[in-house]
Amino acid sequence: MGKNTIDDETIEYVGILAKLELNDEEKEKAKKDMEEMLDYVDKLNELDTDDVLPMSHIFDSENAFREDVVTNGDGCEELLNNAPKVKENMIVVPKTI
Amino acid sequence: MDISTLSAKELGDCLFNKEISVKEVLDYTYKTIEEKDKDINAFVSLCKEEAYERGSVIQEMIDRGERLSPFMGVPIAIKDNMCTKGIKTTCCSKILENFVPNYNATAVEKVLDAGLIVVGKTNMDEFAMGSTNETSFYGPAKNPHDLEHVTGGSSGGSCAAVAAGEVKLALGSDTGGSIRQPSAYCGTVGFKPTYGTVSRYGLIAYASSLDQIGPIAGNVTDTALLLEIISGTDEKDSTSVKRDEYDFSSVLDMDVKGMRIGIPNDYISHGLNDEIKEKINETAEKLKAAGAEVTNFDLGLLDYVVPAYYVIACAEASSNLERFDGVKYGFRADNYEDLHTMYKRSRTKGFGKEVKSRIMLGSFVLSSGYYDAYYLKALKTKALIKKAFDDAFKNYDLILSPVAPSTAPKLGESLSDPIKMYLSDIYTVSVNLCSLPSISVPVGKSKEGLPIGVQFIGDCFGEKNCLRAASMMSNGEA
Repeated sequence: MGKNTIDDETIEYVGILAKLELNDEEKEKAKKDMEEMLDYVDKLNELDTDDVLPMSHIFDSENAFREDVVTNGDGCEELLNNAPKVKENMIVVPKTI
Repeated sequence: MDISTLSAKELGDCLFNKEISVKEVLDYTYKTIEEKDKDINAFVSLCKEEAYERGSVIQEMIDRGERLSPFMGVPIAIKDNMCTKGIKTTCCSKILENFVPNYNATAVEKVLDAGLIVVGKTNMDEFAMGSTNETSFYGPAKNPHDLEHVTGGSSGGSCAAVAAGEVKLALGSDTGGSIRQPSAYCGTVGFKPTYGTVSRYGLIAYASSLDQIGPIAGNVTDTALLLEIISGTDEKDSTSVKRDEYDFSSVLDMDVKGMRIGIPNDYISHGLNDEIKEKINETAEKLKAAGAEVTNFDLGLLDYVVPAYYVIACAEASSNLERFDGVKYGFRADNYEDLHTMYKRSRTKGFGKEVKSRIMLGSFVLSSGYYDAYYLKALKTKALIKKAFDDAFKNYDLILSPVAPSTAPKLGESLSDPIKMYLSDIYTVSVNLCSLPSISVPVGKSKEGLPIGVQFIGDCFGEKNCLRAASMMSNGEA
């Protein structure tokens, strides 16, 4: 038995954040998987990192600016070909408001 | 002419000298793929028509005496997470099953500009999430050395295609070992360059701070030449780095005299298979005989690299994969009442198990209340790991290490125990966390007949050191 417990409320919340719809069986499995993974990740707590700054990228980077110029031409048709549902050159989605 | 025994460079020379035509090479390539891929499943799509069309253009240029690169007219396979204009790019996921990009990834554009011919897209773990190629929507690629074993992953198809002789060159991507580990399992050479060396534009993102495209080939020379072709700064990738030099192949004839090479103690004691350990020792002896100083040292932190990696990689993945929502491209579920259920159902039905599990873990570690305890903790651990490597490179030009703890496992044995599978990346993930270059080279086979590889890890921008040692090992000069 690990020490992390993911309750129903948390897994429900994670499902909302992840935009996934899980049935009850999948929820139980996800809870178990996540608990195991967190127990494993908790190993990091053995390290003293109080005086350590978090490091996201290794190389310093600055904002990279460039002129916003169209260079790739009109790809409207190819792009719309990838859309699951199209009507008169527009992508169809369910009613949003 | 027996194409099968030529290197890519030799094939390029034969094409340029008109000892063979581009069409003959393409005929040979597709015939080989047809014969072998039934078993190996390295390719998920072929682009014959485009290849022959491009081939005749390239042939005309060769006939006029033009030479775009050493590999002009040579076929190449591309991992299916790199966008190819007009050619399906699926990431081996149901959610992108029908996606046809209208542009090329920069790395793809560069191989086309160099006159190479893209013959098809290769199998991979879904969204590059896996270490065995078994999470692919199209079924696993199989190891050409033994079809009952996995290729490794996630660039399993690219490595298998090269190992089987279907192509001589391929592109892969490496987020936590995805070029090097399948190269070790399949007996190919695979190079993960310093972060930023190859543009990520058009590479479908898994974990942006760790992803890097790199070459896969049958020998070190071909690998170095292909890296020269694909590397370079790109204004479409703001994390691409302007390097002082890109002439990686210039060091291939240099020896390793005086190079300081370190072997981390914990990398050769930590549950490492005996035969691989033996190969590390043999490699060290060869390097010493060739004049390198090889010593062992303590690098440390090995137990923490995999948990730190998974937290960071899953966090970035959960954000990167948010774009797959069934609106503009990709799979859309049939039944939905409103926009939100459309998102949820499309994603739930479109993504495979491993991908969903990583998205959920990533969402969790980034959520308020857990962000500091997990995500920030992992970033701090990353800083400690980077510091350990910085210290090591004060004393060493290069680190020699195993690529994976074992040879290629049997198919079907890995997915049931995710943490065990994640641990197969224990020797490779630090390289990504620290943006380092590392090359995996084959050094022999196990008693069972499966390939064994070792990796040479350089400091940032130390590609040439990696190549010096790798080329000595593969030339057997010692």
